[in-house]
Amino acid sequence: MNHDHERGAHDHPHAPISADQAPGYYDLMETAVRELLIERRLIGADEIRRQIEVLDSRTPALGAKVVARAWLDPNFKARLLADGRKGCEEFGISFYDDTQLIVLENTETVHNLIVCTLCSCYPRPVLGLPPDWYKLKPYRARAVSEPRAVLAEFGTHIADDVEVRVSDSTALVRYLVLPRRPQGTQAYSEEDLAALVTRDTMIGVVEVNTPPERPN
Amino acid sequence: MTKVANVPLAPPKPTLVLALGEEPVFAAGERIRILMRQPIGHYRVPRYLRGKAGVVEAVIKPTMLDNEEEAYGRNAGMRRHYYRIAIPMTEIWPDYVGSPRDGLRIEVFETWLERIEA
Repeated sequence: MNHDHERGAHDHPHAPISADQAPGYYDLMETAVRELLIERRLIGADEIRRQIEVLDSRTPALGAKVVARAWLDPNFKARLLADGRKGCEEFGISFYDDTQLIVLENTETVHNLIVCTLCSCYPRPVLGLPPDWYKLKPYRARAVSEPRAVLAEFGTHIADDVEVRVSDSTALVRYLVLPRRPQGTQAYSEEDLAALVTRDTMIGVVEVNTPPERPN
Repeated sequence: MTKVANVPLAPPKPTLVLALGEEPVFAAGERIRILMRQPIGHYRVPRYLRGKAGVVEAVIKPTMLDNEEEAYGRNAGMRRHYYRIAIPMTEIWPDYVGSPRDGLRIEVFETWLERIEA
């Protein structure tokens, strides 16, 4: 429906943005738990806001920097594969909780894919919030039962002689895929390389591709 | 004068005695089975893997608070060893479509594993 706002009129169609529905079961539970935690002084309202700021400051650009450095620096790559968390901390990427990070290297013989079948465990410190499809049941169920079909739906076709390795993140460990560096990128700077690395390549649903022409 | 027997004193034992649970029970390369248990409560082992056989790929360090206990506020003394377990897809799904080398990896606490004797 087209509509005009009072100020800054725009005419793209969208449903009215309003909260006129009664809160659902989980909305009520979240409000009740939050209010109790604050009332009993276990946490403060400001701590919740602060944590949202922490999460909002994390984006796939952080992971892309880590990947580009690993492609260029074999010593860094070795440290990253040995301890993903410490490797990221070298970039100042903090982990703000007790989770460990295992970095999974894609090679000529292994293609890695990550999922959380139980909920939505995701390497948030390095990638930010997960995409909606990552949290929904079709991906969570199918990534572990028919990963090649799921990959094909993302346009990723893995050769039969390449092992597909699915890591199901259930609790304390988060995973980050280190994708393969594409051919023809010898002349790329670290920044150019990082620009090729998208969120989905670090989840493992697609491989890194070079643009048809190198950006100048 | 009492005669002292010419017996050398025994040297101190060369090994320290470790507390229960201090060392991991399983080592990389060992064959294990994820327990087939269906308890009520908060459990982090997905049902589709219960009863499945696999191999310990690595001991993940350091030990961590067992979140199944933490969920009920039982934190003290609940740090446990956990492992990265490798399971072939064909072990999980008999009609799996893909390479027989395709596999799954998952972290599992020691309390959910039993050794498969060779």
